[in-house]
Amino acid sequence: MDLAVIVIIQVLYGIATLVIVSAGLAVIFGMMKVINLAHGEFMMLGAYATLGALKLGINLWVAIFVAAPLVVGLIGVVLERLVIRRLYGRMIDTMLATWGLSLLLVGIVTSVFGNTTAGISTPLGSFTVGAYSVSVYTLLIIAVAVALGLALRAVLLKTQLGLIARGTMQNPAMADALGISPSRVYMVTFAVGAALSGLAGGLLAPLTGVVPTMGGAFIAKTFITVIGGGPAILAGLVGASTFFGAINQIAAFLTTPVFGEVALLLAAIVMLRLLPQGITGRFFKGSM
Amino acid sequence: MDRRQFIKTSGYAAAATGSGLLLPTSAFAADDIAVGSIHDLSGGLDIYGKPMADALTLAIEEQNAAGGLLGKKVRLVSYDPQSNMQLYTQFAQQAALKDKVAVVMGGITSASREVIRPVLDRAKTLYFYNTQYEGGVCDRNIFCTGVTPAQTVGKLVPYAMKKWGKKIYVVAADYNYGQITSQWVKKFAQENGGSTVAIEFFPLDVTNFGPTISKIEAAKPDMLFSALVGGAHISFYRQWAAAGLNKKIPLASSTFGVGNEQIVLSAEEANGYLLSYNYFQSLATPGNTAFLQRFHKRFGADYPNVTELACGTYQGFKLWAEGVKKAGSVDQMKVTEALESGIGIEGPSGKVTIDANTHHCVLNVSLAEVQDKKFKIIQTFDQAPPSDTSAVCNLKKNPKDNQQYVIKA
Repeated sequence: MDLAVIVIIQVLYGIATLVIVSAGLAVIFGMMKVINLAHGEFMMLGAYATLGALKLGINLWVAIFVAAPLVVGLIGVVLERLVIRRLYGRMIDTMLATWGLSLLLVGIVTSVFGNTTAGISTPLGSFTVGAYSVSVYTLLIIAVAVALGLALRAVLLKTQLGLIARGTMQNPAMADALGISPSRVYMVTFAVGAALSGLAGGLLAPLTGVVPTMGGAFIAKTFITVIGGGPAILAGLVGASTFFGAINQIAAFLTTPVFGEVALLLAAIVMLRLLPQGITGRFFKGSM
Repeated sequence: MDRRQFIKTSGYAAAATGSGLLLPTSAFAADDIAVGSIHDLSGGLDIYGKPMADALTLAIEEQNAAGGLLGKKVRLVSYDPQSNMQLYTQFAQQAALKDKVAVVMGGITSASREVIRPVLDRAKTLYFYNTQYEGGVCDRNIFCTGVTPAQTVGKLVPYAMKKWGKKIYVVAADYNYGQITSQWVKKFAQENGGSTVAIEFFPLDVTNFGPTISKIEAAKPDMLFSALVGGAHISFYRQWAAAGLNKKIPLASSTFGVGNEQIVLSAEEANGYLLSYNYFQSLATPGNTAFLQRFHKRFGADYPNVTELACGTYQGFKLWAEGVKKAGSVDQMKVTEALESGIGIEGPSGKVTIDANTHHCVLNVSLAEVQDKKFKIIQTFDQAPPSDTSAVCNLKKNPKDNQQYVIKA
């Protein structure tokens, strides 16, 4: 019984992690069709922003939930203005450009902070379920993922900002004709995507070692999640995260974390063979 | 490929090789002795490599300040393989064939050692591997000056079992070091009337240990043994502490601290971990105090921690220098024979003597506990022999032996 609760918590945690690390990419790649290979580095910058804010004596929660997204969002604005905006509509070129950016960012951070593992202790302590202990931070991650999903949905569906963003992505020429500046909408959307990646990095900082190359461990998984999700950004993100996260964690429980990853990749291959348009290409059509 | 393209490509190729030949550093002067250093100074393993390279720098500077070797200056030729195995091969070849170094000191992971060992064997260039490792390497061209499982695990496991209980859960890095060391843990556990409930391996880039930690809890072991390696695996200790298990299940490790994990983690996360090495910075011997004074004078008083591997490298160089003095030459065979005569030095960790049969070392081993980001020495065992390797390897009888023996537990 205790074990069942633990397994459920770990599975939810696996799903929540995927939602959090993929949300930024879902916005940038899913909405804007920019293949952002620097996504992992945006997360890495978020983690370093959190560490930096902590060193300045800022409260941990402010560092994670404010400093990390803010810093990376601003970096996103700068990079969008300098590089990305010249490449809209040229998917393959964005891939090359963002790959270059990712190498550059790793290089800069390495020369500033050094190639050593830094990190912060996981806050909040633990609680027990029968004979097992679970970190409270695990529950926080699950809660943040739920909140993130709801907030994304509310912004995209209920606010004018969301409506304008969706409209511009669908038909920039029409949006332009209606007096909306697509260039500005793109900039804001990219910044929001970057900020979400930064938040993910901040949330991961207390769980993993923070190194300049940490982004590499997540990039493949996030692309698989977003592509597996299909055209509907939010439903796709949640659907694919649930599918892959559950398979990964259950396989990891039954065998080892290595086979957990293998199971995730196998599931992705099989799924893309059966549903080449992603989960929401077949199910939940027309959802957000 | 048409003619024009062919000319273009071959032109590039010629230019590339040409510029390669023009690269500097080769200047091999007869009036000094070159010592090759192949340690990762960048990439994922630099946390191990940098202190080793610093220790070698210090050792060479001290040698030169004392008049050099055989009346010649010792020159350090340093290569940075960037945590990349291909570069290890390349630099080992360059060191032996082009820069003609008298000895190569280096290699950190067992994988990198097995990459450069055959290269240096073929080039007949003496090789010193100064890292604590899984044992069993039997090759007359290599001297392994680090501690092996019989010396560390063999002390650590019985002590921990007496203190905590007989059921051990093992988590280890998934390459030859972790695979072999975990077998030693099993062997020593069984010899002392205990058992290993499970042995789990993790590739070096795994960061999510949630399911594993729950599985460990479900298995209810008396203690956990960790042979995890590298930056990503630090997340294990972090998640272990986040689940509150560091207060419930005690942990012993054959790798913790070598990469300064005790500094990255907070005191609450790592306090009480039990370790065993040849060297700890906190060893309170006169030899070590003097060594630390020189080290800090050279590299700054705020140097985070002089590691086991740094001390091993320092001692490795001293042993080789002793061998050269005795042989009166840097010739590979003459130095090897001199070293085989049972040469010893007084290093920071105490007396270190080369065991002629195995080319490993007889040295002191200490048990220590992590306490507030430092190591508290519990007990020191004097002059532990490399009994694991000597059970399988005898280079006096079979000087042509060349392999790594793996134990079967």
